[in-house]
Amino acid sequence: MTWYKPADVGFATRSKLADLGYAARLFMRLLTSIVPTFRRFGLVRDQLHFLGNYSLAIIAISGLFVGFVFGLQGYYTLQRYGSSEALGLLVTLSLVRELGPVVTALLFAGRAGTSLTAEIGLMKAGEQISVMEMMAVDPIQRVLAPRFWAGVVAMPLLAAVFSAMGVIGGWVVGVLMIGVDSGSFWSQIQGGVDVWQDVGNGVIKSVVFGLTVTFIAVYQGFEAQATPEGVASATTRTVVVASLAVLGLDFILTAMMFTI
Amino acid sequence: MQRSKNDVWVGMFVIIGAVAILFLALQSANLLSLNFQSTYNVSAKFDNVGGLKPKAAVRSGGVVVGRVESMTFDDKTFQARVTLALESRYAFPKDSSLKILTSGLLGEQYIGIEAGAAETNLVAGDVIGATQSAVVLENLISQFLFSKAADGATTPAPEKK
Repeated sequence: MTWYKPADVGFATRSKLADLGYAARLFMRLLTSIVPTFRRFGLVRDQLHFLGNYSLAIIAISGLFVGFVFGLQGYYTLQRYGSSEALGLLVTLSLVRELGPVVTALLFAGRAGTSLTAEIGLMKAGEQISVMEMMAVDPIQRVLAPRFWAGVVAMPLLAAVFSAMGVIGGWVVGVLMIGVDSGSFWSQIQGGVDVWQDVGNGVIKSVVFGLTVTFIAVYQGFEAQATPEGVASATTRTVVVASLAVLGLDFILTAMMFTI
Repeated sequence: MQRSKNDVWVGMFVIIGAVAILFLALQSANLLSLNFQSTYNVSAKFDNVGGLKPKAAVRSGGVVVGRVESMTFDDKTFQARVTLALESRYAFPKDSSLKILTSGLLGEQYIGIEAGAAETNLVAGDVIGATQSAVVLENLISQFLFSKAADGATTPAPEKK
């Protein structure tokens, strides 16, 4: 398509808007499918195992390492101002409010999102989706909805695991290795972290990110070209679009939640 | 799922909704200042502007009546030249005075404008002469220490036996 011909520009704009509208309608369809999906909980449970359990290793270890780095960087910055006892508070607030949901969403998009897109794309390439439609089985209800809801349930849990491992990592480096006072580490956290404001908002963020990332993964798989190249480009598109969407939504959510 | 011919409209609706959410989020976080008031520019010279930043408020009696447009350095008179954008609905007399004040004890700085007693009002392009610079904390502390030392020198030292 040539960028300077008005007809081509108009066509491209209209087709992008039509794609967006179609994606929005699919999203609404998936959201309204919550009751029938959870009635067949076996499908959701299998997908939850596939998306959640298998992501646990990468999320937990990444959380631990992020906590280690936070402990180091945080300590060396805070002790310049004599506030090294606030290390626990710094690590916990950063993780619970921002890093937990966002980094988990990025890792989830990379690990679980790509496998969702590839699986659904390959089902489309192997004509399993068309066969299901011919057998009067709704592929959205059978294939997409369980994966979508499993991802939405898995994300907040994984984000919580990430944050918890991060705090433990910060504790290991700060208290055990550097020598920050253990009592003030935990008591600063108890005093400074509010369950509804900080932890609650972090959970809301991770639910929103779960909806976004899982929907983008499932949509890209469903709309992939039924060829190997099509599946490959859909997989990369999942990661790119999901990462950008997560970071953009994070800005909007933070502006609404944490500024007065 | 079938492609519908209303998809384009749904797409436009989603984009409008997203822009609305973005607007609300930025407004609630005070990151967006959409000012639809017309303003007139007035300038003033200060010896020291302290921590004043562009877009700082100009307040009179506590109410925001304008914003700081820009600050430049005049190397003929070695003073800072500040341009203020005052809202057109507020008219101030020509001999109004400006002070740089701090909100709270160590908060951000703003300009306070106090109305004078002249009969003619400020118009765009006027220069305000009566200005008072910002209070610099280090100068205050050194003044205090100096006056303390001066007090100590005037009292007689205790005699040693």
